[in-house]
Parts: sequence; C-alpha cells; structure tokens
Amino acid sequence: MGKTIMTVDDSASVRQMVSFTLKNAGFNVIEAQDGKDALNKLKGPVDMIITDLNMPNMDGITLIKNVRAQAQYKFIPVIMLTTESQAGKKQEGKSAGATGWIVKPFKPDQLLAVVNKVLR
Amino acid sequence: MTQDDINRQAFREEATELLTELESALLELEENPDDHDLVDRVFRAMHTIKGSGAMFGFDDIAAFTHDVETVFDHVRNGQMAVTKDLLDLTLAARDTISYLLDCADTGEAVDLERTRGVTSGLRKLVPSSLAEGGREIEPETAATEDEPGSSSVTYRIRFRPEETIFFSGSNPLALIDELAELGACRTFAHLESVPALEELNPEHCYTWWDIILTTSRGEDAIRDVFIFVEDDCELSIVKIDEGGDFDEHADYKKLGEILVERGDLSHDDLEKVLRNRPPIGEVLSSAGMVSRQQVDSALAEQKAVREMRKTRTRQEAAEPATSIRVAADKLDELVDLVGELVIVQARISQVVSERRDPLLTTLSEELERLSDELRDSTLNIRMLPIGTTFSKFRRLVRDLSDELGKKIELVTHGAETELDKTVIERLNDPLVHLLRNSIDHGIERPETRTTAGKPEWGTIVLSAQHSGGEVHIRIEDDGKGMDPKVIFDKAVERGIIAADSDISDKEAFSLIFQPGFSTASEVTSVSGRGVGMDVVKRSIDALRGSVDVDSKVGEGTVINVKLPLTLAIIDGLQVRVADEYFVIPLTMVEECVELMNRAEDARKAGMDDVGTDQQLAVRPKAEQRIVNLRGEIVPYIRLREWFHSPGDRPAIEQIVVAGVDGMRVGIVVDTVIGEHQTVIKSLGRLYRNVEGISGATIKGDGTMALILDVPRLVQCVNRERP
Repeated sequence: MGKTIMTVDDSASVRQMVSFTLKNAGFNVIEAQDGKDALNKLKGPVDMIITDLNMPNMDGITLIKNVRAQAQYKFIPVIMLTTESQAGKKQEGKSAGATGWIVKPFKPDQLLAVVNKVLR
Repeated sequence: MTQDDINRQAFREEATELLTELESALLELEENPDDHDLVDRVFRAMHTIKGSGAMFGFDDIAAFTHDVETVFDHVRNGQMAVTKDLLDLTLAARDTISYLLDCADTGEAVDLERTRGVTSGLRKLVPSSLAEGGREIEPETAATEDEPGSSSVTYRIRFRPEETIFFSGSNPLALIDELAELGACRTFAHLESVPALEELNPEHCYTWWDIILTTSRGEDAIRDVFIFVEDDCELSIVKIDEGGDFDEHADYKKLGEILVERGDLSHDDLEKVLRNRPPIGEVLSSAGMVSRQQVDSALAEQKAVREMRKTRTRQEAAEPATSIRVAADKLDELVDLVGELVIVQARISQVVSERRDPLLTTLSEELERLSDELRDSTLNIRMLPIGTTFSKFRRLVRDLSDELGKKIELVTHGAETELDKTVIERLNDPLVHLLRNSIDHGIERPETRTTAGKPEWGTIVLSAQHSGGEVHIRIEDDGKGMDPKVIFDKAVERGIIAADSDISDKEAFSLIFQPGFSTASEVTSVSGRGVGMDVVKRSIDALRGSVDVDSKVGEGTVINVKLPLTLAIIDGLQVRVADEYFVIPLTMVEECVELMNRAEDARKAGMDDVGTDQQLAVRPKAEQRIVNLRGEIVPYIRLREWFHSPGDRPAIEQIVVAGVDGMRVGIVVDTVIGEHQTVIKSLGRLYRNVEGISGATIKGDGTMALILDVPRLVQCVNRERP
C-alpha cells in the first residue's frame, strides 16, 4: 500500500509533472489547484503535502498554517515549492510549519530525493 | 598509465556500453513509443554519460549530451511525444557521442558542424513553450554526487533539535537514518533532558544525539542531511579522524580529552580530577562535573574510533566487487596457461598410470579434477552472450531497410546463448554479410510483397541455440527465396561448374559460397558485387564452423551457421600413422570402420601399390580410392600417402569417416587411438601455409600431434586429382 501525497499548485503543468513523477515512484497522489481546494480535499489519510506558495484563493503559507491546525496533519511533512527569488518566503514558510522546500525549477529526481528524505 | 588515464579509460568503456544500451532502448522505443520505462532507460543512459563525462574531463561530450538529454527530459516528463524524427535525431546523436569518444581517443579535432547539426535539429523539435524554461537547469548534479578516491573521515555530529521540531513535520530519527546511509554510524542518545512523566509534553522532543559517523562523502553531504532543520537545531560537525595515514596511532584520545574537546568539561576541571587518578569516567561523573550519560557518550566515541582505526584496512579491502574489467589479452594469456597446465596434467597422469603407485594415482586424479575445473571456469570467463552482437544488427536492419525502402522486422531468439569471445568477435562480419544479403536480396519491396499475398513487413529471424558442443545460428527470412535452377545456370555461366553437372538442389545452393558468384542482376550499394558469400564461408571455416543454405522460391531462405563453442580446446580423435600422431576434430567424425587391405588389393589387382613406395616422389596415380560402406560409396584419402609416412601399411587399417560439406569422406589411418581433449597450439609462421594442418597439440607423453584440417585436406586432394 503506497503512501499518499497531496500536490497543491495552480499551474497544471507543475501539478502534472509532480503527480506523474510521484505516481511512477509508487505513491498515491491527490491533486489540488490551490490552498482552498487542498483543504477541501484534505479528508482521509494523507502522508505528505507538496505545495506551491503563490496561489490564488489561498496561498501556500496560509494552507500550511491551516494544515498544522488539524490534529491529523500536525506532524506530517509539508514541502513548499519556492523559487530562488523567494528566500524570505522560505523562512515564512518554516515558521508556518513547513518541513522543507524545493527550489523551482527542479527535476523529477530532485523531487523524489526530497520526498524520500522527509517521508519515512 | 596515471589514475586519470585509468578513469578516462573506464569512462570510455562505460560509455561504449551505455551507447549500446541507448541504441537498443531507442530501437525498442520506436516500437513502443508510449513505454515510459524505455524513455527512462534512454534518459538514464544519457544522464550517466553526461555526468561521468564531465567528471572525467570529456567536457564536449558532457555538453553535447546535456543538450540531447534536455530534449529527452521533455519526453520523460511527458511534455514531448516520441516521433520518428526525434528517434532519428537521437540515434544520430548517439553516433555523434560515439564519434566524440573516438575523437577524444585519437586526439583528432572535433567537427563542430556535426555536433551543432544534431543539437540544432533536436532543438527544432522542442515545442517553443518548453524551449526557454526547460534548459539551463543544474547541468552537473551527477558530477558532484560522489568524490571518488576520497578516503573515509570520521565526524562527531552533535544534533540537538529544538523541542518543537515535530511541529514542522520533521522527524529527527529519519535524519539519523539518513546519516547512517552515508557510512558507518554510531548513535548515542542523550536522555538527560527528558522530564518526569507529569511534566512531559509528548509532542515535544527532549532527546538529543551524539553521532559518530565515518564516511567518505564529505562534510557537505552531512550538512545536506540537516538542510531543512539547520535553523531549528543546535548542530555541530567536527572532524575527529582524518582517515589518512595512521600507522602508529591506532589508539585514540583519552576520555578526558574528548570531554574537554566537546566542551562538556573544562580543562581546569580535568586537571583537578586527573590528580586523583583513575578511573576517570567514574570520578568525573560522581564528582558531578559531567553526567553519567555524557561520559558514556564520550566512551562510545572512543570505542568507535578505536575500532574503526583497527578495522579500517580490513573494511577497505572488503569493498564489494560485483564485477571487474580485465583486458582481453590477459584472459587469452590465462587460457594459454591453462592449456599448458592441461597438457602437463595429461603427461603426469600418463606417467602415473605406468607407476601403479596408489598415492601418486590419488594425487594425479585430484590434479586432473582441479585442472578440469580450472579449464572449464577459465573458458567460461571468455563466454559472452551473443546478444551483444544481436543488438547491433537491429540497428543495421533498421538503417538498411530504410535506405532500400523496405519494411523489415528483425526478430531475435536466444540472445543469451553464450559463445567464446573470440568466436563472437570474428563472427560479426560474416553475420553482417548474411543479414545484408537477406535484406538486399531476400526480402522484397513492400509493394511486391503485397502483390505476392505476403504481409507488407518482411521478417528476418536471427536465432542462436546450443546444440552439443556447438552453437547453431540461423538466419531465416520470408523473402523471395532462391531458385536452384537460376543458381545452377549462373554457376555454369561463371564457369564454376560444368553445364552437364548433375547436382542436387542443396549442392546448387552451396554454389553461392563459391568465389565470384552473385545472383543479383543489379549491383546495389549493399551487396551484389559477387564478393561476400565466399568470404563468409571462409571466415566461418576459419572458426572451425560450417554454413549451409536452404531456400524455397517465394517462401524464403534459411542459412544455418554451426560453430564450435570455443577455439582454444576441442574434442579430438587421436589417430596414428606410422610413428606420427594426428588429431581429427571430433565434431567432424561420423564413424570409424576397418579397411581390410586384402579386399582392396584384390580389387585393384595388378596395380603397383604406390602407397608403400618411398622412392616415388610424385603423388600416387589418379585412382579413385573408394570404399563401399553399407551400400554407400565413400571416397577416402590415405594419410600415409599424403604425408609420405615411412614404413609398410598394417594389414588392417582404419577409416575415419568424416562429414565434409555434407559429403562423407574417409581418412585412412593405421590406428585410431581414441578421444582426447585437445588444447590447440597454433603453428609458427613458417607452417601457416601448410595445407591440411590447422594446428598442433601436445600429447600426454609430451610428443606432438598435428591437428588435421579435414575440409582443406579434401579440397587439396580434389585439386590434385581432378
């Protein structure tokens, strides 16, 4: 039984790439297009969340705070997708409860390396 | 050779293998364009070429491959479809990488036009939406992954996460697990800060760790493990052992020194306590200067490093070696030596068998068993699966059929069949030739095929299988086949046979192996110049193999190639003529029968028996020497005459009946001695042109026996006695 990872991104292509890579690595993937969508879909067991920061409706930081507020997801790894120019956001995300980050653009194997690192 | 040269050499070999892998993955991808695993294989091959290329200074290869890889990355991400154009260009890119490798080998200047042509072609295929974003990303992750040759260094890592670390979703134990993957790791957990149960918040982390890690990956790799938590913890990484030369210093620091170094104890306190003398750990902890656990942790470090230093040499020796590369000539030398050993062993067992000494007999039998095993495993090392050449052929079929506007599928069976390395190498050219013939002459154009009611795609089946001591390779096409009459007429026209010859279809087909024979009416760039099939036959003969053809007009052609498993050692039938010994390859021998001289003498009464006449310098008269074997007429050659052996013929001679080119030929010898494993020794340069002899071997008693080249012998005899 594979673990379930939620990928949250407003860009369909990033979502598709993340989801494709993870599915190939044997994970179950739940896709969400923004923070709000993610919170709605966050119901059953989810072992990890990979979220973009800049999104319409609800941004990544808010999403992380909301996720951490739910007992079931208090300790799951949450990885944020940042870009080089968003160094400040990294700290903000960490304070909100993010586990780590991946700098965009990234390659599938980098993604998997991070997933394997935080998801044990 | 410097280490660098060795590395580069290793890369070259690796790259060649990867290119083969790349090629076969691409060809398979052409058949299954949606198979993601295949795209991954293509990508992996290129990625490794790129990464290792950069590491060993093949920068042009790395740069070029990076460009190609970038394009394939789109394919891998599902952003680009696998098209024929893409595959054509990627195959061209594969050839270019191979070309760049060659250039690096020969030092020749690189033709930049060529590489640019391929990359610009590939770029054109990339949809514009991907063109900017996709490129320029981390060109060299692979290069930094591992630092080869760096020796192990031991670090002391103190990792003290903030109590709230769980709230960021981090798992300190996962980090320690990750550290453990870097090398030999000893972990010591500090539990001093864990509060009493009523004060304990189960969502907080009170534990902290000292980790002693021996790794060759460097400090950066350790820091990478903590990359996400470095702001949320106290982290110190200290190098405590360099891992370099350490001859005399197998011992490690004293406990007190470690504690002071870690900052757990002040130097003054240590001095004070030291005056009281040992046992230091007890004293320190009972004095309340350090906690019992801090002492235990330091002791663990001391133990770890001491043990590590003691076992380091052993550890390094025990690096797992799954396979090693050996130069081919070293293997050849080994085979030679084993051959010598087998000969010496045979001599020993012969001598021992005359002594009747039980102890010696046991020893000699033991030696025989060992040398047999040694021989088998040595020959085994040289065995390679024939599949390595098969994959090359798929490329050949693809390119050639494209060029000729034909649609041909190559099906291969038995790629795992193993053959001696030398045989495989020398088999390549003949097989290429046979395949080219099938593609060019055998398979018809698609429109012709459709008219003939055949599927548009022609099929060539290339298969290999073991059969006894031989490997049978079969090339079968479903093309237009050959008409024995056409071949016959052509052969008459070329003056190869007489117009009134009466030959079977099978014999007619074998005419295509005659020099100067070609049935193709027009000469194409591929074949049809009338050289080739005879060369094919000669190369296969040289491998002590045989080739035959069968064909049906309109249905296709089958070519069977039979080859011995190895060239170094054969099973031979030892025979004697006068005082000379000869060996006939056992694969040729069909049976042995006796030849009664009296019957023969009676048959040709009145004739001089020239065979015994030493004075005659000329060859025996042109008389047909034949024997009636169960109703079958078998011609024979008398070795005694052919080699001018002295002495009289024995009253009863023996005929070894051998199969040569589908014909049975008798070889008359004095006595058949028996079957022997024969280690083939090639003859010196002087004897290379002696007809009828292909080599020599050394017998158990140390004397020599010549190995007969039966087909050549028969040819010579036929030539001299028309």
